[in-house]
Amino acid sequence: MKQLFGPPRALQERPTHYCPGCTHGIIHRLIAEVIDELGVQEKTIGIAPVGCSVFAYDYFNVDMQQAAHGRAPAVATGIKRVLPDRVVFAYQGDGDLASIGAAEIIHAASRGEKITVIFVNNTLYGMTGGQMAPTTLLTQKTTTSPLGRKEGQHGFPLKITEMLALAAGAAYVARVSVHNPTHIARTRKSILEAFKTQIAGRGFSIVEVLSTCPTNWGLSPLESLKWLEENMIPFYPLGVLKAPGGEGMK
Amino acid sequence: MERVVFDEERCKGCELCTAVCPQKIVHMSDRFNSKGYRVATVTDQEMCTSCTLCARTCPDVVISVYR
Ligand SMILES: Cc1ncc(C[n+]2csc(CCOP(=O)(O)OP(=O)(O)O)c2C)c(N)n1
Ligand code: SF4
Ligand code: SF4
Repeated sequence: MKQLFGPPRALQERPTHYCPGCTHGIIHRLIAEVIDELGVQEKTIGIAPVGCSVFAYDYFNVDMQQAAHGRAPAVATGIKRVLPDRVVFAYQGDGDLASIGAAEIIHAASRGEKITVIFVNNTLYGMTGGQMAPTTLLTQKTTTSPLGRKEGQHGFPLKITEMLALAAGAAYVARVSVHNPTHIARTRKSILEAFKTQIAGRGFSIVEVLSTCPTNWGLSPLESLKWLEENMIPFYPLGVLKAPGGEGMK
Repeated sequence: MERVVFDEERCKGCELCTAVCPQKIVHMSDRFNSKGYRVATVTDQEMCTSCTLCARTCPDVVISVYR
């Protein structure tokens, strides 16, 4: 019998430390599948953030560099400018990218750095125990918004991907989700487009992936997928916001 | 040979794979791996159409699919 599906080469064999059902694992695998498909494993360099995915450097079977909290786009910029023939991606959580790293990401997009950012939005700080993030939804309970997020007290949730689409240097901007197999396939396609945008030298590319945190949401992994679909997607609409040579498409 | 192969030591018992199988043949077994997770399995291997949906949904690269 022929193998139709197995572990991608661009992932290490070692198991991850992620909680059961955490979709960081799906997103890692999709990035690795894209690296395999493009045949760029030998020349890909990944940047690991601070957050639950800090150990991404142990999981991808490519060269990796870990960055200080929120600084992955700056480190990616440096590496890409010194080694412009490499494929450079940064992997960042929503705390990392939209909170402490907000300035870094906006200026990397604005400068049109030829890097790809995979932005994993699970609406809170997973690693440190489920604190509120800029992306936390209104009324959502976290350890630092125990009565639910209120706009008057905590401000509104930030749609930073929409903001990044406005940057002239941003070439490919999309928001996708991994809550079911159809959307997992779309996420893979978006990550592929983002990498291709970088390889074609068209500018900055970012894919926001809506992701779960069953542990800090206090839900089972299956309930978490449902919660994502019912609560996150209405506020964070899916689709391609910007693509090379054209406006947004669905 | 089996169509769906589970690397049981990697499984975290999250059950995501059990929800996506169109044939409804992926289910939780009564076995536990060395980490203490109850592992997913397929017993009706002949019913599998090798669609790969369970493998593509698994966050832990547990499942390989053959045809
Ligand atoms: C400079 C600095 N400030 C704060 C922290 C504490 N810290 C570690 S991870 C994290 C947030 C991670 O959340 P997110 O980026 O959403 O990733 P997740 O863990 O949810 O995947 C924070 C605030 C730190 N490590 N370094
Ligand atoms: S704490 Fe949340 S984001 Fe972190 S590994 Fe666990 S489920 Fe994933
Ligand atoms: S999705 Fe993967 S880790 Fe989760 S129960 Fe199925 S085989 Fe195990």
